[in-house]
Amino acid sequence: MLNRKRRGGLAAASALAAAALTAASCGSGGTPAASNAPASSAAAEPVTIRVQTFGGGSNFGYKNAITKWNAEHKDIQIKEEHLTDQFEQQYWPQMIQWLQAGNGAGDVVGIDEGGMGLAKAHPEWWADLKEYGLDSRKADFPAWKWENGLTTDGKLFGLGTDIGGMSICYRSDLFKKAGLPSERDKVSALWPDWDTFMKVGQQFQAKVKDTKFADGTNTLYQVVLYQEAAKNGNVTYFDKDNNLIVDKNPAVKAGFDFATKMSQQGLTAKLRNFTDEWAAGTQKGAFATVGCPSWMLGVVSGNAGDGGKGKWDVASVPGGGGNWGGSWLSVPKQSKHPKEAAAVADYLTQAQTEASIFTDFGNMPSNTKAQQDAAVQSAKNEFFNNAPIGEIFAKSASSLQPVFLGVKHAQVKNAIESVIQGMDDGSVPYGKAWQQLVDDAVKAAG
Amino acid sequence: MSIDTLPRAVRRSRHLPPGRRWRSRLDVKVMPYTLVSPYFILFAAFGLFPLAFTLYYSLYDYDLAGTTKWTGLGNYAKLLADEDFWNAVTNTVGMFLLATIPQLLLALFLANALNKRFRLRLAIRMSVLLPLVTSVVAVAVVFTQLFARDWGLVNWILSWFGMDAINWRAERVPSWLAIATMVDWRWTGYNAIIFLAGMQTIPRDLYEAAAIDGASRRRQFWQITLPMLRPTMIFVVLNSTIGGLTLFSEPTTFYNGNVDGGSQGQFQTVAMFVVKQGFREFDYGYAAAAAWLLFLLILIGALINFLFVRRIGGTK
Repeated sequence: MLNRKRRGGLAAASALAAAALTAASCGSGGTPAASNAPASSAAAEPVTIRVQTFGGGSNFGYKNAITKWNAEHKDIQIKEEHLTDQFEQQYWPQMIQWLQAGNGAGDVVGIDEGGMGLAKAHPEWWADLKEYGLDSRKADFPAWKWENGLTTDGKLFGLGTDIGGMSICYRSDLFKKAGLPSERDKVSALWPDWDTFMKVGQQFQAKVKDTKFADGTNTLYQVVLYQEAAKNGNVTYFDKDNNLIVDKNPAVKAGFDFATKMSQQGLTAKLRNFTDEWAAGTQKGAFATVGCPSWMLGVVSGNAGDGGKGKWDVASVPGGGGNWGGSWLSVPKQSKHPKEAAAVADYLTQAQTEASIFTDFGNMPSNTKAQQDAAVQSAKNEFFNNAPIGEIFAKSASSLQPVFLGVKHAQVKNAIESVIQGMDDGSVPYGKAWQQLVDDAVKAAG
Repeated sequence: MSIDTLPRAVRRSRHLPPGRRWRSRLDVKVMPYTLVSPYFILFAAFGLFPLAFTLYYSLYDYDLAGTTKWTGLGNYAKLLADEDFWNAVTNTVGMFLLATIPQLLLALFLANALNKRFRLRLAIRMSVLLPLVTSVVAVAVVFTQLFARDWGLVNWILSWFGMDAINWRAERVPSWLAIATMVDWRWTGYNAIIFLAGMQTIPRDLYEAAAIDGASRRRQFWQITLPMLRPTMIFVVLNSTIGGLTLFSEPTTFYNGNVDGGSQGQFQTVAMFVVKQGFREFDYGYAAAAAWLLFLLILIGALINFLFVRRIGGTK
């Protein structure tokens, strides 16, 4: 697992370096390179469909599903390309560049919710999946998940993969060491709200010297932001007309204030999520809790490795539900094999596939049939001490609401998280952080 | 121009019939240019053209949707008022000084040491070049771990002396130091070999004469080696200036391949700023303008260094 992750980081770095080189040598002109094998007419040659993904640990959780497909389909082989852990700073800019250049993107690409606003506004980037009969899938998804996969001019370009849901992942062995209850129901009862969560954090840190209570400010900031967004019209940085509302939305301020308190009380390990240090910190016990949307389970288990098995557990989140994260699969227009790619995207979002991803890795299906699947409802996660994740996530899945994210959400999110991280690592004074957050958001949206 | 300076072939060609005369002229006048042209063609394609194209780009305003608008020098005006750009300039110059000065001094003394007779001379001289042939990414991965805040070797050694763990990616000067170390590890040997080559061209008899006159080893170094090394030094200094001011790979890999260079751009260089603007914000015009300012910065840096080096041992 660790090896896999390392390689991802390297590949990302070299991809970036390669991008910089191309930039230096030939401006931004897109020359059609011979990277895609010519479409051969011979049936003997299998078509390779490149599926590009992002995210730490087991990311999209496609490992087993792809092995299964490849064994059953000799004519179409899926090759997963896990580009990098980070979406906003690395994966998405690289993807936009490929989409603009008309070359380089995979046949099927994953898009995080933060990129969907921009993707919708560029119908020319995408193959219309309706042409491959996939509008028949409409009944499989909640209305919002389906509609977000439509471009502004009505093309179907994205099929839903996973959705958020909220929990707190915690280290039961370290909780025991701190003299706190370690059993998940009792842990959930420890923190009905965020204030008590911080109190537990102080108790924890008084007892356990080398471990901080939380990973960093950003993960919990996101959790609170999405909880509060649900109470404030389901918007975060942009209103539904794409106007920047960072300074006006109480959800942003609430998330920021909570992050400030966590940082001032010294309850974080000051690690930024989805970095190598953060991944190493998960493995080495630098922190005892992580804010965990369903898909984060696979990230935590992947980063922690086999040594973390049984030490981690899942408790409920203080302050109610929220819908952070979730992705879609799309077929770029530049794909040489759109028909086969559409078939792969179809397969990866089928109820059966999404259900098995949930039971294997933890990403909560957006497919409603998968959500109702008995195997999903009763699923337990072995890594997380057999936590009943079906009960924790599937029950609330149908009540999750969509959060609107603007066209430039990814850019603004990165700017804001950089300020919050800077506040935590000491490079932005607490007193100036809010103003800088607003200023940097304006600049990023500019 | 006297006739005698013309090549013999031209002089001879006057007595030839017109057709052969023309061919002979072609041979003498055109052939040399044809032979040197590959360089100029490549330079035009990969040097001049991008330069001009970047200039053209820099006069337009781009947005995410790919629409363009003429802005003239607007991008340059915006850049000069952009705090982030100046932050990148400060970082670049800071890291350049922090890396290059010790690097060149070290390389010079290393070269001087390698310039003596000792066992396994060739093997040891070659080994100095080893860091250069290692991949930058591999170097960065190793150094990133050495300079990790938690469980890093450097912080562990510092803790022996009772020092607190340093957050190498969050504090400005420590991050510069870490990156400068990375750069020096890679390039000191390379510069040392070039200095060594320069030292070998210095005639032995100068040293012999100095030794007879009673000059010490140290005096010989300062009075003979250094002044005679000036042409080599000009090359090395210009090369390091260009390399140092376009620093990109080391600081980028130091932050997970992210061109932000720290949460608040603590170690974002101008080259990283250019890539960020161009390929993350997709403001190609702004990136192109920044690239041109970087070009100017390098010209100024090269000029200052050139003047400085000319004065070294400048008794002539």
